[in-house]
Amino acid sequence: MSTNSEPAIRVTGLRKEFGDKVAVANLTLDVERGEVFGFLGPNGAGKTTAVKMLLGLIFPSSGSGSVLGEPLGDHRTRAKIGFLPEHFRFHDWLTAEEFLRLHGSLYHMDGAGLDHRVPEMLELVGLAPYANKRLRAFSKGMLQRVGLAQALLNDPELVILDEPTSGLDPVGRRMVRDIIRTLKEKGTTVFLNSHLLSEVEITCDRVAFIKHGEVLQSSSLQSLVAGELTVEVRARNLRAEVVAGLGRWSENVRADGDRLTMTLIGEQELPEINRYLVAMGVDVYSLKPNQLSLEDLFIKIVGTDGGL
Amino acid sequence: MTVAIIARLTFREAARRRILLAALLLGLLFIIVYALGFYFVNAEIQREGTRPLEQNEIRNFLTMAGLYVVNFLTVMMAVLTSVDTLSGEIASGTIHTLVAKPVRRWEIVLGKWLGFGGMLTLYLALMAGGVLAAVFLISGYSPPNLLRGVSLIWLNGLLLLGVSFSGGATLSTLANGVLVFGLYGVAFVGGWIEHIGSLLQNQTAVDIGILTSLIIPSEALWRRAAFEMQSPLVAAAGFSPFSAPSVPSPMMVIYGTLYAGAALLLAIRQFGRRDL
Repeated sequence: MSTNSEPAIRVTGLRKEFGDKVAVANLTLDVERGEVFGFLGPNGAGKTTAVKMLLGLIFPSSGSGSVLGEPLGDHRTRAKIGFLPEHFRFHDWLTAEEFLRLHGSLYHMDGAGLDHRVPEMLELVGLAPYANKRLRAFSKGMLQRVGLAQALLNDPELVILDEPTSGLDPVGRRMVRDIIRTLKEKGTTVFLNSHLLSEVEITCDRVAFIKHGEVLQSSSLQSLVAGELTVEVRARNLRAEVVAGLGRWSENVRADGDRLTMTLIGEQELPEINRYLVAMGVDVYSLKPNQLSLEDLFIKIVGTDGGL
Repeated sequence: MTVAIIARLTFREAARRRILLAALLLGLLFIIVYALGFYFVNAEIQREGTRPLEQNEIRNFLTMAGLYVVNFLTVMMAVLTSVDTLSGEIASGTIHTLVAKPVRRWEIVLGKWLGFGGMLTLYLALMAGGVLAAVFLISGYSPPNLLRGVSLIWLNGLLLLGVSFSGGATLSTLANGVLVFGLYGVAFVGGWIEHIGSLLQNQTAVDIGILTSLIIPSEALWRRAAFEMQSPLVAAAGFSPFSAPSVPSPMMVIYGTLYAGAALLLAIRQFGRRDL
């Protein structure tokens, strides 16, 4: 029996080869229960292959793992998992409602439960007015919404979303973010496979960067971005000795006329720096901290070659 | 439970995509044309005062011709409807959301097989029923061992359905289509070689025919069906193109049944082991 103390996902040394091609080299990963986990990497890094191994769609060449405390590929565990695939294609001759009822029945949900749950899910993803429309007539964004509804039907403990926002407009993206936030509040574990970094930045607790099927770095989003803070100062009267004096807060100070940039460990030193500048008779027009964006980090960790 | 859901989905898909409707409308057209032809031939032989025994020989020949077409259409129906059900859904990714549910893979394969098998049964019942009803209503004739003969045609359809499934679990849709029709063609040609070889009493040709029946016993099943339903006189004369001077033995029927079952099991095994 699984207990809730075990991680939602734990894989060790997972590897998958397709002929000569190594899709996932050596994946070792823990995802705790209740966290929103971002799985990042360039195209072709093996993200989708890794996700498919978690779900038992692809059999690993070597390595092992567990999902919700049960071995990879256990079909009963999938009752507690919701999944939205990247290249979702559904039986497009079904209406949205029929589609959700079909997938609900595959989750072994009974008719009465579905009578209640299907309209609720359609409402959640904003498709209530299209319940009786066939999926064939849906736009890509609408299909993604109905796919998301399908992944949440069974009130899962773990939701695996493979590029959930790629086909969506800004309104749809916000909807996905809100849904992820609601899931997090309920204690649901969310495994988000994405290359849309701004999305990940807003929603995830922890991220792993993968390239060539290996985790390069895995840590909490806060600690990742915390260590690096660039401050941009616009001021007049920036004399050389004032600039030199900033050396006690930062080793990396660059002045260029009225502009000055430096990197700090954290934002707690900002007020003190401001007081110092004013005391030295500098006219400060702006003092702007720029957190290193996830995109900068992504490029720093993964490299600019995009894993090619 | 899951098997029933998938079977129903398969059936509904065929209905919703109007595959069934198209097949049934064309089938109806065939039966109308067939009934008209039979009506005029029947009227002709009655007018000419052919002896009753000979009349029934001609009716039996015409019934066999009709069922020969029904056999062919049933096989086509079995293969064409199912040839892309596994490979197509794997290629498109439709299968991913299904397999990611708390279901076992064999349940999906078996469910689909039952769905198509049910459709095939319905189709054959209507088509064979239509031919036999037309013959009976027009002339009052009905061939012997009807149920046994039609059951063998049914088995033939299920056999090719199984082959199409096991190919689809492994190959692409196109490769699967080439494989299944290739095998069917081999059986077809092999059957005729055996037929002619038997008329010419050439044992080598007969052996080649038997060998192809082992590779895929679909044509052998039809010839056994025709043998069951042919009239005794034709059997004695052995000249009808739809009957068989060299009759596949009951062992071949058992072989065909095992073959059909093994094909389904192979499909389940292949689909269960492959990456999706």
